[in-house]
Amino acid sequence: MSTVTQLSYDEAVARFEPVIGLETHVELGTNTKMFCGCPTEFGAEPNTQVCPVCLGLPGALPVANRAAIEATIRIGLALNCSIAPWGRFARKNYFYPDMPKNFQISQYDEPLCVDGYLDVDVDGELVRIGIERVHLEEDTGKSLHVGGSTGRIHGATESLVDYNRAGIPLVEIVTKPVPGTGARAPQIAKAYVTELRDVIRSLGVSDVRMEQGSMRCDVNTSLNRPGAEWGTRTETKNVNSLRSVERAVRSEIIRQSGVLESGGTITQETRHFHETTGDTTSGRSKETATDYRYFPEPDLVPLAPAAEWIAELKAALPELPRVRRQRQQADWGFSDLDMQSVLNAGAWELIEATVAAGTTAAAARKWWLGELARHANETDTELDALGVSPQAVAELQGLVDAGKINDKLARVVLEGVIAGEGTPAEVVTARGLEVVSDEGALTKAVDEAIAANPDIAAKVRDGKVAAAGALVGAVMKATGGKADAKTVRELVIARLS
Amino acid sequence: MTDVTKLTAAELGRKLAAKELSAVEVATAHLDRIDAVEGKVHAFLHVDRDGALKAAKDVDDARAKGETTGPLAGVPIAVKDVITTKGVPTTAGSKILEGWRPPYDATIMTRMREAGLVMLGKTNMDEFAMGSSTEYSAYGPTYNPWDTTRIPGGSGGGSAAAVAAYEAPLAIGTDTGGSIRQPAAVTGTVGAKPTYGGTSRYGLVAFSSSLDTPGPCARTVEDAALLHAIIGGHDPRDSTSIPQPVPDVVAAARLGATGDLSGVRLGLVKEFAGDGAEPGVAAAYRESVDALVKLGAEVVEVSCPSFKFALPAYYLIAPSECSSNLARFDGVRFGLRSGDDGKHSLEEVMQLTREEGFGAEVKRRIILGTYALSAGYYDAYYGQAQKVRTLISRDFAQAFEKADVLVAPTTPFVAFPLGSRTSDPYQMYLADLYTIPSNLYGGPAISVPAGLSEGLPVGLQIMAPTMADDRMYRVAAALESALPPLTPPAL
Ligand SMILES: [Zn+2]
Repeated sequence: MSTVTQLSYDEAVARFEPVIGLETHVELGTNTKMFCGCPTEFGAEPNTQVCPVCLGLPGALPVANRAAIEATIRIGLALNCSIAPWGRFARKNYFYPDMPKNFQISQYDEPLCVDGYLDVDVDGELVRIGIERVHLEEDTGKSLHVGGSTGRIHGATESLVDYNRAGIPLVEIVTKPVPGTGARAPQIAKAYVTELRDVIRSLGVSDVRMEQGSMRCDVNTSLNRPGAEWGTRTETKNVNSLRSVERAVRSEIIRQSGVLESGGTITQETRHFHETTGDTTSGRSKETATDYRYFPEPDLVPLAPAAEWIAELKAALPELPRVRRQRQQADWGFSDLDMQSVLNAGAWELIEATVAAGTTAAAARKWWLGELARHANETDTELDALGVSPQAVAELQGLVDAGKINDKLARVVLEGVIAGEGTPAEVVTARGLEVVSDEGALTKAVDEAIAANPDIAAKVRDGKVAAAGALVGAVMKATGGKADAKTVRELVIARLS
Repeated sequence: MTDVTKLTAAELGRKLAAKELSAVEVATAHLDRIDAVEGKVHAFLHVDRDGALKAAKDVDDARAKGETTGPLAGVPIAVKDVITTKGVPTTAGSKILEGWRPPYDATIMTRMREAGLVMLGKTNMDEFAMGSSTEYSAYGPTYNPWDTTRIPGGSGGGSAAAVAAYEAPLAIGTDTGGSIRQPAAVTGTVGAKPTYGGTSRYGLVAFSSSLDTPGPCARTVEDAALLHAIIGGHDPRDSTSIPQPVPDVVAAARLGATGDLSGVRLGLVKEFAGDGAEPGVAAAYRESVDALVKLGAEVVEVSCPSFKFALPAYYLIAPSECSSNLARFDGVRFGLRSGDDGKHSLEEVMQLTREEGFGAEVKRRIILGTYALSAGYYDAYYGQAQKVRTLISRDFAQAFEKADVLVAPTTPFVAFPLGSRTSDPYQMYLADLYTIPSNLYGGPAISVPAGLSEGLPVGLQIMAPTMADDRMYRVAAALESALPPLTPPAL
């Protein structure tokens, strides 16, 4: 085997131009499966959500789910696609045990939605990603290979299949090739998937959770020398988080540049992304040789969504995320930079919900980008997985605003909330963190401090107001930090004037 | 006492309604007949004696309670083994489904049970309905009751033979390229292929989805119509089912039986006017047309030039669809599983199962279809065949501007001797030469007895426009009224 030159990422993108493309699968959150009446709930016992249709029993026939077609059209409209007035499902034929019929009902040359685009914010700059097609298909079951050394189908002593997922509606969104990204290819890929996720979530048609597999991404990458034709692309599968999208593109750019720089050629193949190492490895190259023998699905009548229906769906589309963000940025009075950092931190929808719960945008931002972001970083957790709800943050700020706790105490309360001790109010009570606002008790503490520090008290009496700080400190110490420093200062000066 | 098994379904229905006969008596008489003649006919793959007697008793009980029952309540029926029957073995004539008991009933099965029909058992057929003689059944051939050295037609030879041999007054068949009509013709019975989408395919083990059509087999046109009315009509479980009521085929059959066809225009298909047919078949065809003319029908000649491409187009479309439909038979979830001994990989188990489970004709068609759908060949084969289909539909549309129904022989030859065509697939395929156009078009067609040739039955085929199934019943019943009934020799 010839030696492969290893380029750094910066060297790679200096010598080669990447072209990327993304194929995203989204499981729709319909109540029933694509072609039968079985429920789609996640996490049921294996093979409890099945029927003759989704098990592919002899004689069973599919009937298309109108809600899934509607959801697909709405996604297409939100992505500025044209909706086909007529189209057929197609059979994609290949043998695999998790596919009950040994063919998948999909769409081939007559997709439901074509030729759209999605505008994506990348560091304040708008990048338009072309959408090739959006089509509808059915998901497969899940194989589990037991025994053997690899856990793969070869060498397993037993293979188990769960068909609960078989037949769940799956929307595939395919971008046009995206050239001209330069070094920003990984970042743009991530920004696109993030924006797509937000768009689909805003439509309410899927929970788009990459970690649960309801949103899955395949990333196509190729490299070419500047001015040369586009290179051979690879398709990286198993990219299961937003961060992985970025890492997968980056790692594939580095790998391909090494091969090309050493005079090698890129094989058109499927590669698998590994979350732990951040690398990709070659998958079944056999797959590219598979002839799927597509032909129109004869068990289903063609789809012919009426123009009036499409117009109705278009008119009823919700405000899309980018528009909503612009409006909110203005409402909230955030600078572009502020907004950018909010988005990068994944805090937008959290802030939105916190504001909705009754807090000012500035306060919401302060918490999510400050204390909470720090905590998320330290524990390598996503903000929305910290276990702190926007309602809790709003409640916490409410306690500060009411003078019940000060900022320093609020941080302690937050720790309690993160630790699962309850709502902010519950944590305050349980830990006894409420500020001392009882004037009598405070006056007593002030008097004690004056009595204990006659020299300092004398200086304050002589007009050296700055000296009051030492007395305030003494009071704060005496009250365990639970007093409001401003009030204490006022009391000290009043006492000594 | 009359022999109960010789009565028509309509007569049985009337006697049952009048309580002259009980459903249990009727079922028992037919089960006894099956016991007596099955050794010579082999029409059944599975006889469900207990299920039949229980269903019959249920009908009798309902009737005793005064509950309203339909015209065929308590009438026995044989069902082609390609229709799923809950808890009752369904093999589609294939070894690969040996022992499979479906967990669900086909829609037409549900409708028949609700109408009180008593299922006697499942009938023999060419494996996965691929064949014209029932010789491709994995469970041995069925013998023609007219001459047990000859084939009963196919693929639904079991259903036709059961009806011809008085084992059942009615049967269910499925017609993809002629599998109801050609067996009806060669057994001297009536077989109707309804409009595609007029009878539900839900629970029909698919051969070729865009062609498969379940339909009735009977000894009289009226009986076929009565059964058609029960199984027909929209089914939300079958997307290709037509959301319209079935035309009143029973009324049409009764109208035809009055023997008056004045004003009816018969289109004689020029291309099928005896070309390729045996002389005796051609003669019977001409005589039956003459009989219809005597009843007042007008004759017009129509030309359907694309019909000559029907056979080749069919042998691309049907195998293509079957290559995909039969992919699910892999030993993973149901039926036969071969090589599951811990020594073979999952992929090998799937291969061995299919290798062992499918017969030669099924494999031939899977290979043919796989090839026709392959990248680079799709346009030349499958795509081209679909264009032929469009042309054939156009021929039908033009012909139906001049004629109300089209007539032709059902099949070019009478029942041939067992084994005489199995070695040459093309000779076998020719049996469906005249029946295939209606499948490609989707319109209804019926085969009705049209006399004998050399002592063996010949059928006349009557084709009608889609959703005009009533027209063919009227003409068929008229011919039936004009010709002497055919009775097979005693077995
Ligand atoms: Zn299901």
